[in-house]
Amino acid sequence: MAVDTILGRKIGMTQVFDDRGEIVPVTVIEAGPCIVTQLKSVATDGYNAIQVGFGEIRPRLVNKPEAGHFRKAGVPPMRYLREIRTDDVAEYHPGDTIRCDIFQPGMRVKVTGISKGKGFAGVVKRHHFHGADMTHGSMIHRKPQSSGATDAARTFKGTKKPGQMGNKRVTVRGLRVVRVDPERNLLLVQGAVPGSDGGLLTIQRIPR
Amino acid sequence: MALGYEVIREIERQEVARSAEIWANNENRRREQEAKEKKRPFSDADRVSVEQRAPLPKFRQGDTVRVHAKVVEGDKERIQVFEGVVIALRNENNRACFTVRKISHGVGVERTFLLHSPRIEKIEVARYGKVRRAKLYYLRSKVGKATRIKEDRDPRR
Repeated sequence: MAVDTILGRKIGMTQVFDDRGEIVPVTVIEAGPCIVTQLKSVATDGYNAIQVGFGEIRPRLVNKPEAGHFRKAGVPPMRYLREIRTDDVAEYHPGDTIRCDIFQPGMRVKVTGISKGKGFAGVVKRHHFHGADMTHGSMIHRKPQSSGATDAARTFKGTKKPGQMGNKRVTVRGLRVVRVDPERNLLLVQGAVPGSDGGLLTIQRIPR
Repeated sequence: MALGYEVIREIERQEVARSAEIWANNENRRREQEAKEKKRPFSDADRVSVEQRAPLPKFRQGDTVRVHAKVVEGDKERIQVFEGVVIALRNENNRACFTVRKISHGVGVERTFLLHSPRIEKIEVARYGKVRRAKLYYLRSKVGKATRIKEDRDPRR
């Protein structure tokens, strides 16, 4: 069996009818085509993987070292380069294409992306603290309140505090593939996936 | 070419057409099942085609419609008719929907249908209404005679 992972771009969300006529909320993903750019093996790199590229890019935006890398593989320049771990490196050669037809409707996948950044967020937004009254003499409002007891005399690691929220790698597991359109390189996945429209996604099949 | 929202709009347009296909498939499966149960032969002549899907009639806010919708009871499907006044329309490709309000046993009942749902068998317009606003939510606070809607005797639609 070939690789179970593909790179994609989130296009946006909509809804479709399933065979029973019920509505299914779906995310439309432009999945692939991914072109193999490099093979990695235990002998040379210490692990087995293939490096794939995805997404068009104007050649002017590719710097010289990258351009050389693409030229060596004999493939056009691409926007993203990522590695897919696989033990079947021998099945692939630079220039091979991976398409979204590796997926079938009904399969379960996990989708990884960079979530939308929320900036430096307080505890109410970031950790769903309840907050306190805005009025009635309350001066607490949205403050984080106590961060620990006096007996410990320190704040434990991992205590929920304000800070950067979002803009980090998030994986959603167990999403169902609703439809696959190899002609247009489209993948319709039930539910929401991380990140904004246009963001890079990694879609991996979950073994049964 | 990097794909954009137009792909989604296209999928949505296709969904509207696909709805008729799902409807025909489900109907054929049901007929086949029925034929098997009654030990009747099932031929292609008994099949429905996508074209036989009842076209959506033009109706507007204020019209009284009869919606024939499929409802699932246990493992049986049957058709339920819901008749009432259209109080809201929402047009958005395959998400288009409409809200029908009726008074049932003295209680106001509203149901929102997806316009393009394959679960809707057909929609009949029972009466054209003449109203001057897009959302008739004011009907919720009216009872009896005040809920009457003037009939449009010359519906140019």
